[in-house]
Amino acid sequence: MITVENLTKSFAGSTGQVRALDGVNLDVAAGTVLGVVGPSGAGKSTLARCVALLERPDSGAIRVDGTDLVSLDGTALRAARRRIGVVPQGDSLLRQRTAAGNVALPLEAANLAGPQRRTRVAELLDLVGLTDKANSYPDQLSGGQRQRIAVARALAAQPSVLLADEPTSALDPDTTGSVLTVLDRARAELGVTVLVVTHDMGVVRRICDDVAVLDGGRVVEHGKVLDLVSDAGSRTASSLLPSVDQNPAVDSAFDRVADVVLVGFAAVGALLPEATNRFGVELNLLGGGLTRLGETPVARFRVGLKGERSDSALEWISDAGGSVRRTLTGPQGVAA
Amino acid sequence: MRSATPWSTVFDDVLLATGETLYMVGVSTLIAVLLGTPVGIWLQLTAPGGLKPRPLPHKVLGFVVDLGRSMPFLVLLVVLTSLTRLLLSTTIGPTAAIVPLAVGAIPFVGRLVQNVLSEVHVSVVEAAVTTGSSTTRIVRSVLLRESLPALVNAIGVTAIALLGYSAMAGVVGGGGLGDLAVREGYQRFNDRYLWSTVAVLAVIATALQFTANRVARAVDRRRHASV
Repeated sequence: MITVENLTKSFAGSTGQVRALDGVNLDVAAGTVLGVVGPSGAGKSTLARCVALLERPDSGAIRVDGTDLVSLDGTALRAARRRIGVVPQGDSLLRQRTAAGNVALPLEAANLAGPQRRTRVAELLDLVGLTDKANSYPDQLSGGQRQRIAVARALAAQPSVLLADEPTSALDPDTTGSVLTVLDRARAELGVTVLVVTHDMGVVRRICDDVAVLDGGRVVEHGKVLDLVSDAGSRTASSLLPSVDQNPAVDSAFDRVADVVLVGFAAVGALLPEATNRFGVELNLLGGGLTRLGETPVARFRVGLKGERSDSALEWISDAGGSVRRTLTGPQGVAA
Repeated sequence: MRSATPWSTVFDDVLLATGETLYMVGVSTLIAVLLGTPVGIWLQLTAPGGLKPRPLPHKVLGFVVDLGRSMPFLVLLVVLTSLTRLLLSTTIGPTAAIVPLAVGAIPFVGRLVQNVLSEVHVSVVEAAVTTGSSTTRIVRSVLLRESLPALVNAIGVTAIALLGYSAMAGVVGGGGLGDLAVREGYQRFNDRYLWSTVAVLAVIATALQFTANRVARAVDRRRHASV
């Protein structure tokens, strides 16, 4: 696991000191994937560089399995770097080395003997599904394949934490999937704790258990993705859930209008039909839709209800685990 | 009016001078590369944004290097006489000419090497840093290996530059093709010497460039760009 405690970092800018990180706290449990998102200039890259131990923060701690790594130097710093596997932003492979040679780089730094090194490299190439490309040079590989080799390299020295800095920014949607699959496999098969810094909410949608939203050098939202989407006011919800269009003309035709967020198979499949049966209300879907976060189906619907027991129906949905936010209390005031 | 020197004599003289030139260029290139490469590495490591940024020492060495490069070779040849005497106990002959040639080329090689190394993308270097590699290992396995083709080309450029400078070696009795061309061809109006040395110099320069290109390509793994 990795914890970031009260991290601050300033740079000298043209208009004085710029605070890139302003007291950042993060906590990633072992074997989970945290996505760090946020607008450009939020401090994502600085955070990534600090966690990669490429940049020294002004204050704060970065603990991997309890040990603070920020104040280390020399040999201790190099050893610490091996505990955090890094997939750097952009093309980072040695172009004069084969795929296998690139994966071997951290093992050479760790002075692992030849035979063991070759075994380990073979395992990693298998993990990322590129065994047949072992002897190819980076220029012979596609962007997605190069990035998967970079992941394999980051995992070579058996780090407990994997940091990926914008791992999909240069890739098209198809190859993005293959890289994310590999990151997810690292967590599932090696139990690695993964920290992904990305501007792409699709990454959060597909592989992240937790999400942290960074803005102005501060964490403004941090929690489980599935918890945050139920919170209608969260940024995570607004960027991950299907959008609902505002249409007052349509809304006014109903007694009650509400936005309902449903998480999980059971809720998505059964809650709304059951509510209509139990309370004898007419329930119309006015907007929104269904999506998937990781393996979990999640829906956000705008529903319009007609009937005397509309309020009870909404209350029941809320009690049954749906997250309900009323946007309109009908003109007739039926429930009175 | 003097009759033209027989071709056989011209041939013998040109052959001897070719040997002297190749000797001077070969040895001075070797020394310049061996001593200039560390200078280039050091310049790159200490540069702003390098692996070990050290602004002041970087500026000082950079200044010395540029001073060395701005020195006209003819002046250097004379200025370094005492150094040559110290090293070789003589100041004339091809071997004596090697000292100023090599010394003059060290800053040249230093800048070339620094330039070449700076072309290795920063993300590649940082990736190596995050693997826990030592600076020595990064210099060897990443900086030098990644830029090997360009380094080979830089050596070729250095050798050809030294071929040009070696023409001035005649000033300290170094001999060689340039000296022959000036003494026999120009000052004694002997066209046979002039044109034959020019031809041999052109052949040597072309051969050096050709070899550098071939070796650079042979050590470059990036050539199969298409999948």
